[in-house]
Amino acid sequence: MKKILHTPINSADLEGISVGDIVYLTGHIVTCRDVAHRRVVALGQELPYSLAGKAIFHAGPIVEPTPSGYNMVAIGPTTSMRMERFEAEFIAATGVKVVVGKGGMGAKTAVACREFKALHCVFPGGCAVLGATAVEAIEGVEWLDLGMPEAFWIMRVKELGPLIVSIDPQGNNLFETNKALYAERKEMVLSQIAEQVAYIK
Amino acid sequence: MAEQLQKLIEIVAKFLDIVGKRLPDDVMLKLTELRANAGTDLERIIYDSMFDNMEQAIVLNRPICQDTGVISFFVKAGSESKLLPLLKQALIAGVGEATVASPLRHNAVEIFDEKNTGTNIGERIPFISWDIISGTSEVEIVAYMAGGGGSLPGRAITLMPSAGYEGAAKYVLDTMVEFGVNACPPLIVGVGIAGSAEIAALLSKKAILRPLGTHHPNPRGAEFEQLLARGLNDLGVGAQGLPGRTFVMGVHVESAARHPSSLSVGVSVGCWAHRRGTLRLHDDLTSELVSHQGVSQ
Repeated sequence: MKKILHTPINSADLEGISVGDIVYLTGHIVTCRDVAHRRVVALGQELPYSLAGKAIFHAGPIVEPTPSGYNMVAIGPTTSMRMERFEAEFIAATGVKVVVGKGGMGAKTAVACREFKALHCVFPGGCAVLGATAVEAIEGVEWLDLGMPEAFWIMRVKELGPLIVSIDPQGNNLFETNKALYAERKEMVLSQIAEQVAYIK
Repeated sequence: MAEQLQKLIEIVAKFLDIVGKRLPDDVMLKLTELRANAGTDLERIIYDSMFDNMEQAIVLNRPICQDTGVISFFVKAGSESKLLPLLKQALIAGVGEATVASPLRHNAVEIFDEKNTGTNIGERIPFISWDIISGTSEVEIVAYMAGGGGSLPGRAITLMPSAGYEGAAKYVLDTMVEFGVNACPPLIVGVGIAGSAEIAALLSKKAILRPLGTHHPNPRGAEFEQLLARGLNDLGVGAQGLPGRTFVMGVHVESAARHPSSLSVGVSVGCWAHRRGTLRLHDDLTSELVSHQGVSQ
């Protein structure tokens, strides 16, 4: 059965969710990338919208203006690791419960997910039309001075997903665990390759 | 002349529109094969999402990925082509037109001013690389949409020759495990080997533009490509960097003779949504979309 999270999300809603699980999101999610994180954490600016119990999307969409507002053309995740420097403090400052992006995040974010009971999830990268068709409406936009990809787009979504849980509220970190495994195998592979590519003699 | 230029701009804009919405034939073929070989439920769900997305992109006439990249052109211009005087202007204006018509995301941020131009046109962008081909009037344009995620792993280094090709292999694998996992696998990996960093870096980008299934002309080069591809696929990394069977669709090496004292290595990465197109253009302004057979222009 599809596990669907509805915003506003509280800590109890996330109980029992572990890394590798697949969830979907219905409710409010806001795009938030490099400069928006920097403004909140490093520059101490007030967010123009409350994120408590809601979700952010590491994404820079293609948005089309319409006579009555905006239309979401394409939205998919960007590399979450770019936000690692700010994410833990961002979670603490805003009360955001679900962070959606692609690839993994680091140890600091995992600690914050455990402490504040939050998730980091992967939406399959490059699947921007799937993402856009889950957007029911763009309800607002802030910080448009940053340009279309970096602005703070406030969206109402229905069953956005699949969202693959990469950090769970216990602080387990799927990508970090896997990375250690990949690095171990890499040494083995390299020793095999090295024997065969000694072309300088 | 003005009429010819306008026509050329339209051809370029239409070309970019297709490149942003449909993957080239060789990549589609490879992804179809990988989808059938997916090893885990998670991998299957991701491949299903990718294929659903590509179908929806065609039905709704939208770019496959929201990050339509910084546009790069690699042009092989016939020395006899009558279009040469118009070409650069047409490529730049074509990007501007496609940005509005497709639409493409705004991806040109001016250095130091830190302002997005909103047009995908900025200082030296679109990036254009020229090769002159003597004695032909044909022009071949390869367009590539370099997304941010795919560009983040890009690196180049100059090694001591004592590091050998073993050192080059290690640099590629280190880069891929550290950064490649986040760049939307299954990836196309380009490796440039040369005597200085900037030559190696540019060659690594040219390498990802070669069609899948092509090999380095030197047998050792082809062997090096195969060893790296097999090694990367033995790591257990799958789609989206999660556990799975196939980390890379291919590894391509391009090389240039090196200085005796240096061994430079460049690495470029193309994500699964490898938006690359090849257009052949003639003096009479007819053209063929070589990379996407059966797609009408």
